[in-house]
Amino acid sequence: MIYFDRVSKVYADNSTALQDVSFSVESGEFISIVGHSGAGKTTLVKMLLAEEKPTSGSVFFESMNVHEVPLRHMGALRRKIGTVFQDFRLLPNKTAYENIAFAMEAAGRPEEEIHSDVPHVLELVDLADKMNNFPGELSGGEQQRVAIARAIVNQPDVIVADEPTGNLDPVNTFEVVQILKKINDLGTTIVLTTHNKGVIDSLKKRVITMDRGKVVRDDREGKYIL
Amino acid sequence: MIGRASIFCNMSKKTPTFKRIVRAGFQRFWRNAFVSFSALLAITEALFIFGIVLFTGVVLQATLNSIEGQADMSVVFLTEVPEQRVFDVKKQLEALPEVARVTYASSEDVLAGFREDHKDDQLTLQALNELGQNPFGARLTIEAKDIGQYNLIADFLREQSALEAGESAVIEKINYYDPKFRLASERLQGIITSATWLGLVMILLFTLTTVTICLNLVRLAIYTSRDEIQVMRLVGATSGFVRGPFVIQGAIQGLVAGTLTLLLFYPFTFFIKDAALQFGGVDLFVYYLQHFPTFFGVFIGGGLLLGAGLHFLAVRRYLKV
Repeated sequence: MIYFDRVSKVYADNSTALQDVSFSVESGEFISIVGHSGAGKTTLVKMLLAEEKPTSGSVFFESMNVHEVPLRHMGALRRKIGTVFQDFRLLPNKTAYENIAFAMEAAGRPEEEIHSDVPHVLELVDLADKMNNFPGELSGGEQQRVAIARAIVNQPDVIVADEPTGNLDPVNTFEVVQILKKINDLGTTIVLTTHNKGVIDSLKKRVITMDRGKVVRDDREGKYIL
Repeated sequence: MIGRASIFCNMSKKTPTFKRIVRAGFQRFWRNAFVSFSALLAITEALFIFGIVLFTGVVLQATLNSIEGQADMSVVFLTEVPEQRVFDVKKQLEALPEVARVTYASSEDVLAGFREDHKDDQLTLQALNELGQNPFGARLTIEAKDIGQYNLIADFLREQSALEAGESAVIEKINYYDPKFRLASERLQGIITSATWLGLVMILLFTLTTVTICLNLVRLAIYTSRDEIQVMRLVGATSGFVRGPFVIQGAIQGLVAGTLTLLLFYPFTFFIKDAALQFGGVDLFVYYLQHFPTFFGVFIGGGLLLGAGLHFLAVRRYLKV
């Protein structure tokens, strides 16, 4: 489903973010990418979302080189990849309901579907009673759950969660991880980047360990080893 | 995959996005009140400056017209020419496309005017009385549509004069052939052409400056939404779907700014009407009311164009994600 083929990224100041990274992710997998800050986890995610271009190498999503997709078709590609960020990145002037509805509207989904699916997905993340609240009126954990709801509402093939628990307390971290596990159980591929040892050790899923832009370990049922 | 799909409705027909874009645009306008207000002020300022330039143009044009009016051509007829003959020439002149207006003054009118002009000059008046008859012929004062067209009118009169020469001469003097008049007329023409060009350059310069300032202010306002635009792109929104609400928001701001400018010019033209009357002889308040539909089109249309256009341009750079 996802294939990183010898991807390297060197910035203008000659700092190397990724160095010859290759790995693949199968459909339905739950994969965690771990490493210290600056190891290149976020750069990997940005490569997959075509936010950044690699200096060399290619990133494939469903046999399509994501960096060769024209800008006008990028929306269609990104609707197949749900994204969750550490800083939630919700639209500040839209309510929880509208934030999720926006992703559906962007996909051209009809109004009746939006009216039916948004409350449903808010229920899934246990926020049905907060649908009319703006992001500023929600706690960090609640905002992250809205972000997850937004990521899954278009039924993407894969969810990319970049440090989704980075700004959360242990209780909210546990809840977010449980939601991600539940989504994975329903068949969606999950790519999770984190440096939270507790999360990784509890998941007992595939772990790719990165250090200074390189893949140093790839374990089927891995643990956080650094 | 079956389980994942089953928790949602089936994806069915697509919905036109225009309604959503318009709705989101209105929402942006209300919910980003402060940003909207700042952009609205910037557009209002631009329209107001543009309006002032327009009104300056009106006053300038009125002043030039008034100066132009002072350079009228006059044709003096011989004293023995019958009144009907003068009226015939007047009629012929009025039929010329270059002529704006022809005013007739009988020999009695000219005499009365002379007496009035020289009422303090007893020597001249005494000499006039001693003549025992009216030495002045009738006079036609011709106002051309353009100051540069007097030569064509003069040529026409010369031809007329030549044609009639076989019978009897009717025109005693055409002031256009007076070197002083020609010099003054040519100078005036030069001044009017320069002033018109200067006015156009000023309008262009002011418009460009205010639009540039306005664009930068709108860009600053959009800068605050750059993260939002990036998130919209990352959740799969197309450029048009992201840009659309900003353009609608800009159009609403432009519409409100246009209305505000229309309202502002009501008291503004009222307060400056005396000054404008003194300078250019035009009542700007009356002019504004008389030309209100034009100003409505300029300010509302300009506001819409400016608001929507500037937002369209300002969002562009953040869409390259």
